[in-house]
Amino acid sequence: MDKQYSDSSERGIRIEGLKKRYGHGDTAVDALKGVDMYVAPGEVVGLVGPSGSGKTTMLKCLGAVIEPTAGRMTLGRDVIYDDGWKIPDLRTLRRDKIGFVFQAPYLIPFLNVTDNVALLPMLAGKSNAEARKQAIELLKALDVEHRSSAMPSQLSGGEQQRVSIARGLVNHPPVILADEPTAPLDSERAMAVIRILNQMARQFDTAIIVVTHDEKIIPTFKRIYHIRDGVTYEEAGEGRGFD
Amino acid sequence: MISLAGRDILHSWGKFVFTGIGLGLLIGVTLTMAGVYRGMVDDANVLLDNSGADLWVVQQDTLGPYAEPSSIYDDTYRGILGMSGVARAANVTYLTMQVRQQVDGGTRDVRAMVVGITPDGPGHPGQPGYLVDGRHLTRGHYEAVADIAAGFALGERIRIRRNEYTVVGLTRRMVSSGGDPMVFIPIKDAQEAQFLKDNDAIVMQRARTAQNPALNRPGVPGLLDAVIASQSTNPTVNAVLVQVKHGADPDAVAEPIRRWKRLTVYTRAQMQDILIKKLIATAAKQIAMFLVILAIVSAAIVAFIIYTLTMGKIREIAVLKLIGTKNRTIAAMILQQAIALGLIGFVVGKISATFWAPIFPKYVLLESGDAIRGFVAVMVICVLASVLAIRAALKVDPAEAIGG
Repeated sequence: MDKQYSDSSERGIRIEGLKKRYGHGDTAVDALKGVDMYVAPGEVVGLVGPSGSGKTTMLKCLGAVIEPTAGRMTLGRDVIYDDGWKIPDLRTLRRDKIGFVFQAPYLIPFLNVTDNVALLPMLAGKSNAEARKQAIELLKALDVEHRSSAMPSQLSGGEQQRVSIARGLVNHPPVILADEPTAPLDSERAMAVIRILNQMARQFDTAIIVVTHDEKIIPTFKRIYHIRDGVTYEEAGEGRGFD
Repeated sequence: MISLAGRDILHSWGKFVFTGIGLGLLIGVTLTMAGVYRGMVDDANVLLDNSGADLWVVQQDTLGPYAEPSSIYDDTYRGILGMSGVARAANVTYLTMQVRQQVDGGTRDVRAMVVGITPDGPGHPGQPGYLVDGRHLTRGHYEAVADIAAGFALGERIRIRRNEYTVVGLTRRMVSSGGDPMVFIPIKDAQEAQFLKDNDAIVMQRARTAQNPALNRPGVPGLLDAVIASQSTNPTVNAVLVQVKHGADPDAVAEPIRRWKRLTVYTRAQMQDILIKKLIATAAKQIAMFLVILAIVSAAIVAFIIYTLTMGKIREIAVLKLIGTKNRTIAAMILQQAIALGLIGFVVGKISATFWAPIFPKYVLLESGDAIRGFVAVMVICVLASVLAIRAALKVDPAEAIGG
């Protein structure tokens, strides 16, 4: 059984002075130059910025996919990174503590909807029946239960994205990283996805960071982090529509 | 935990099954090549078994009668019969030639090994061991017993050189080491057929003999006739087949024949050695080379297929790694698919080889042992072939699942 992290009442994510440098010497590029960010449990914040501003690098650092150069990251009471990884098993960290929602849903094409969602609890050691039950409950909450036996190729774009959100939420991670989740969707479906993310954040007390440059959804965030040249600037958003 | 490999196979079963069938046909060819080699060895053993001999007496310093020409006088067997430990002995002559068959409105030539035997009935050295139809040779001339693979029917008349023979019996699995069906005829006919010349050649030979002053002396009446008579007869056979008495040691029986008759004598083991290690050795090496090449090609194809299938799932693998799937789960998925592909391929290959083996003109012997060895080899090849794909999959960066 993999290491289970301590349950924490403080489920938010905090980043202090996060830096990431690619390359060495004269060719080195500082993608992140000391980023600060805090997202509370149940909160959905936007991370916006132009291409090349460091959004994806930041997402990869937050997702424990690439190693930052310096800084500190905490998830709840767990220090994940402090000028070096403090968690020995990043794979288990990603599986249990971080949910991912991608620009394209990237569902596993040879698994049906239920098993796409149930795969994570199964990987965490739950029985197939238990994992599927958990997946069905989430699919019901996201209103795609009726498609539970369908293959991903049989779903519409909106349905695929909802299944992808279900997969990100199924292990009840304290933080979800959503990378351009509304990019391939029209306005109506994009707003539906943001509405679902807000509902899920409140329902599961999850901190959600939405990386986007989709003008349609930016006004929905209460707080927005702008990132430019590897530095973040926080501002209050309009936050309309989803309370 | 669900089987990722199984789900992937079920999801794209058509592609998987067709790939497996393609691989299976290649495995079928490999199994058949092994069967061709086994068939050659079996043909060699069958030749020895069917001769009914314990010893082969041949011309001194030759590897006759199968691997080299051998010629000994046809009365040699009488002396051998009187030697200690010998139960039965009989002359035998082997000729590989075309036997002509009359078919509707024409003729058909059948490549066959014509065996000249003494018509002494079953159990005698050189006789076909059993018949599937008809009777054994009983007359001294113009009767034949043929292997059914030759395609002759009972009562049919066949032509060997200038003489016609009636097929009086049919036998089965009596073949030469090269797989040609045997046709048994009386020894006297075989001796004649071995050196039989056409009429023009006989006339010319007689004229040349008559023109030779050494053979046509005016003062020696009857000399020319005697020389011509000796030229038109063949007092030799290829070998004498010997059966030893019950309990006698073939090596002990062979030794005095070698010593006193000035002939070479081979035991069963020595003759088997000659046939398998000398006569079919080159063909066996040829087949072994084919087997090695086919195995390498099969391995390369499996590796290529598995690698291509894996590369087609790079994004899914990146997602799986990002969401926390263990490397061993991903490796197991690829390995299981490689093994499943090998299983499908082996089943298709075995069935294919079983179906097409009887169609081959020569005997193809598909042994269970070879099938088991083939199965193990296919599994090993599949496992090794999947290593390349597993390495590629494990190198996939989970960051690839995140855009940018």
